[in-house]
Amino acid sequence: MSTAHESHDAHVDAASGTATTGHEWDGIRELNNPLPRWWLWTFYACIFWAVCYWIAFPAWPLVSNYTTGVLGWNSRTAVQGQLADLRTLRAATSERLATASLQEIEKSPELLALARAEGRVAFADNCAPCHGAGGGGAKGFPNLNDDDWLWGGTLAQIQETITHGIRAGDDLGHQGNMTPFGAVLSKAEISDAADFVRSLSGLVPAGTPSVEKGAAVFKANCAVCHGEDAKGNQELGSKNLTDGIWLYGSDKATIVQTITNGRGGVMPAWGERLSPTTLKALTVYVHTLGGGQ
Amino acid sequence: MSIVQTPITKRMTFGESGLLIVFSFFAFFAVVVAAKAHTSAYAFHAFVFAAASVAAVFAIGNRYMDRDAILPPQTIDGKPNYNMGPVKVGTLLAVFWGIAGFLVGVIIALQLAFPLLNFDLPWTSFGRLRPLHTSAVIFAFGGNVLIATSFYVVQRTSQARLAGDLAPWFVIWGYNLFIVIAGTGYLLGITQGKEYAEPEWYSDLFLTIVWVTYFLVFLVTVLKRKEPHIYVANWFYFAFILTIAVLHLGNNATIPVSVFSPKSYILWSGVQDAMVQWWYGHNAVGFFLTAGFLALMYYFIPKRANRPVYSYRLSIVHFWALIFLYIWAGPHHLHYTALPDWAQTLGMTFSIMLWMPSWGGMINGLMTLSGAWDKLRTDPVIRMMVVSVAFYGMSTFEGPLMSVKAVNSLSHYTEWGIGHVHSGALGWVAYISFGAIYCLVPWLWNKREMYSMKAINWHFWISTLGIVLYICSMWVAGILQGLMWRAYTSLGFLEYSFIETVEAMHPLYVIRALGGILFLIGALIMAWNVIMTIRSPETVAETTGAALAPAE
Repeated sequence: MSTAHESHDAHVDAASGTATTGHEWDGIRELNNPLPRWWLWTFYACIFWAVCYWIAFPAWPLVSNYTTGVLGWNSRTAVQGQLADLRTLRAATSERLATASLQEIEKSPELLALARAEGRVAFADNCAPCHGAGGGGAKGFPNLNDDDWLWGGTLAQIQETITHGIRAGDDLGHQGNMTPFGAVLSKAEISDAADFVRSLSGLVPAGTPSVEKGAAVFKANCAVCHGEDAKGNQELGSKNLTDGIWLYGSDKATIVQTITNGRGGVMPAWGERLSPTTLKALTVYVHTLGGGQ
Repeated sequence: MSIVQTPITKRMTFGESGLLIVFSFFAFFAVVVAAKAHTSAYAFHAFVFAAASVAAVFAIGNRYMDRDAILPPQTIDGKPNYNMGPVKVGTLLAVFWGIAGFLVGVIIALQLAFPLLNFDLPWTSFGRLRPLHTSAVIFAFGGNVLIATSFYVVQRTSQARLAGDLAPWFVIWGYNLFIVIAGTGYLLGITQGKEYAEPEWYSDLFLTIVWVTYFLVFLVTVLKRKEPHIYVANWFYFAFILTIAVLHLGNNATIPVSVFSPKSYILWSGVQDAMVQWWYGHNAVGFFLTAGFLALMYYFIPKRANRPVYSYRLSIVHFWALIFLYIWAGPHHLHYTALPDWAQTLGMTFSIMLWMPSWGGMINGLMTLSGAWDKLRTDPVIRMMVVSVAFYGMSTFEGPLMSVKAVNSLSHYTEWGIGHVHSGALGWVAYISFGAIYCLVPWLWNKREMYSMKAINWHFWISTLGIVLYICSMWVAGILQGLMWRAYTSLGFLEYSFIETVEAMHPLYVIRALGGILFLIGALIMAWNVIMTIRSPETVAETTGAALAPAE
């Protein structure tokens, strides 16, 4: 069989006038064309370029180290250089923000603009996942645009909350949480208390029997933290229950759930992750969202 | 009945009896594993293995009952007696998996544009459907195309019947069982978290057995060849099968927690693990999606165009250059990471040197048509394959370009990467596969041509429009994303937050999903055409067989 094929060495392709190699598989032949010159020279050029690059940059591993390249470049010093450039670029703004107090920033339109420029992106990258892109909040995550503050809405209070977080393991952070009453109160008492809480914002008409009973339950159990007037206490982070603003929802089932199981949402202590200047910028930014006090 | 006429008594072959014992034992073993499995998802997989083993026992038994006393001969009247059964099954499974994979692709493209479509269920979340998509298109669609065409091409170009009696069937069905195990595993949350190598240790072990069988079937068929030389397509198939075996073993070197648990831990740690992963990942592209499909190109383009391959010398030089250089290029996936600078340099420079070896295949594919360019007008199958080679050329230029560190600092982690792989995947891999399927189906089922050439034309234009929408939107998205990420204000602060860059992607994601839908519609037209071709009553004598008689 093989000799039959090899005897056809002289086969020439009619269409191109080029000789084939004489091999044939399932009717397929191969032309004896040389390597295209441009292809070969481009290939050589790529190899030449690679060799030059190896000489210039870190390239080949040796026994215990590697060739470092004649340019002395390495990615560690390169990134240090870029960070230094950034520090230079930010120097003017960062230094002024770093040294100015929150009150000075608030009073100077120029510093305020600088802080808001840094705070806007810092907020979107770090805070928006929970609080929403515009700080509008979500279930369990407070709206930062309104003037209802759990832990206080002054510049100093906002800065403290951002820096040390809430129930995040930081000793200086806010610790208080909503106690679960499921084991303390009966289901009927919890239901009555929920009706009372809802009546404070007009969701249940005052005078309903359960509201009356709930008022007594509230006074005995809840007023300690939320106050006799149910207006909350920012020292404890207890919510104002009369303003019609709800963190977890205003429907009865949610409120029953809150009373039964308690609540203890967490906000990270950002002081561990962000620079003091960024924290300052974030404070000013959140303060200016609409509800700052 | 031939049994009566033949003096030979019918006996089970060693393979038949051996496999019956192995599968029976394995079915029992799998039930034991299912009973003691740590998780219900793993128990489900053990039951699937048990059911597949029982099915294999019945299939082998049935086949033995039905077959003649002697096995099919190697030749009939001096002509090779080809074994095309596994090729037919592989071709049809490729069409099926292709549509499944494209459909999941469309779903996850829509999920990116409209996150609501995750349905808040773990099984339908993007994180689980994404590996389902990549594995379905690469390994299920691409893998079946490669196995089916390799079994076809190696027989025709060696003029020898496929080696083994049950082995080729084990390869086809075993490989597809692996696909089912892998895919259902992703949905149930079983993954080892390695991109393109997500299946856990037991699927990997099973695939290893299937793959070694595949290698042996291919090797022995080539050794049996009647031709003095091995055809170039078979070199590429060899490189593909052998290298994938090495990559698979290297990147899946894990220690299982227990035989009753799906969980395992990888031997490599830290940056070494990252390097092994991308050595695997990049060469899966190089040897599965490039070398494997170049093998298709080297057979189906000259065969369909009825023209000789442009340059034998170029095929040798670019083959060896390609396989030598490709294996080094993986580190370019880890630029600007903890990977040492020297390794990044090597990854980048070898990628640049790889440019021309890759283009060698493009030149050989396109120039093979010299003297037959008119067929581009008249034959939509040729047109599909030529466009595929053009996309191959484009993505193998784009790849080295993106491996340059300065370009990579902009393109890495952006949608540009997604655009790049899809110009290769949709344009090159899928189009050369569609071309091969359009050639193979009439050849395998003895029809003159596909049922509808017009439908092939529609498939071509609809899906080409889809590809253009897909890759253009992803180029724009990627460059936009890269520029937004690195934009600083004059005060030295980031200009955009991450969520703003996500928002900016939305219209481009919608366009991308539209491109994917068009591509899926094209594939559905192909599936219809394939079914109609097989069901059409006309049959012709073996369509390509005549050409293979001794040369002149």
